[in-house]
Amino acid sequence: MSSTFDTVAQVIAETSDVPMENIKPDAHAIDDLGIDSLDFLDIVFALDKKFGIKIPLEQWTQEVNQGKASVDQYFVLKNLCARIDELVAAKAAS
Amino acid sequence: MRLEYFDLIDKVDELDLEGSKIRISARLPERSPIFDGHFPNFPILPGVMMLEIMNHAAGYLLYRRYNGERFVFLGGVKRAKFRRMIRPGDTIEAQAHLTHEGSGFSVAETTLTSGGVTAADAEIILISQAFPNAEIKAALARHSETLLAPAEA
Repeated sequence: MSSTFDTVAQVIAETSDVPMENIKPDAHAIDDLGIDSLDFLDIVFALDKKFGIKIPLEQWTQEVNQGKASVDQYFVLKNLCARIDELVAAKAAS
Repeated sequence: MRLEYFDLIDKVDELDLEGSKIRISARLPERSPIFDGHFPNFPILPGVMMLEIMNHAAGYLLYRRYNGERFVFLGGVKRAKFRRMIRPGDTIEAQAHLTHEGSGFSVAETTLTSGGVTAADAEIILISQAFPNAEIKAALARHSETLLAPAEA
């Protein structure tokens, strides 16, 4: 998880105006870091490439909109890292 | 091509859905209100319209990859360079290929040429989502048929 977080933090710092010192595992990408949806697309694009995965952003958004998941499950950074680890593991297993 | 209506593709010359690439062509009109203002006595195609032509090429490729079921539009420009002027009456070609397909977005490398020389290139992000209404979906489907795209490679 820690190396995943380091990569995610680096990507966020490089693709947005958020200072590295503000990027903490408990930070909420939208509420705490102020990342908007278009900036988040840049971040997802970079993470897709770095980890060789396809982050299912549409599915996550749909789940949140339908009340099947909380925003925190996907957009608090430590949770985002856990989801990325799951996607990487699923890809390795396939 | 009807610039002021954003009708920017005359013909789809190559469409490779599996290879995620497209090549389109169009001839610029001799006259347009856009040329009247950009610039008086020195009409050239604005860079923003060059970018829009490249966006249309990439957007049409994605639209076809989604079988006309998703609404595709420009979400961002990661890089754009305008290298050569394009004038009224010029014939242009635009090429696009998808370099990444994410969830609800894609990234495309695009090039615009005039007379075989690169006039502009750009890396753009396109967003795809459900159509906002049935009317625009039907209108785009009708327009798509007029472009006479060949069967996919």
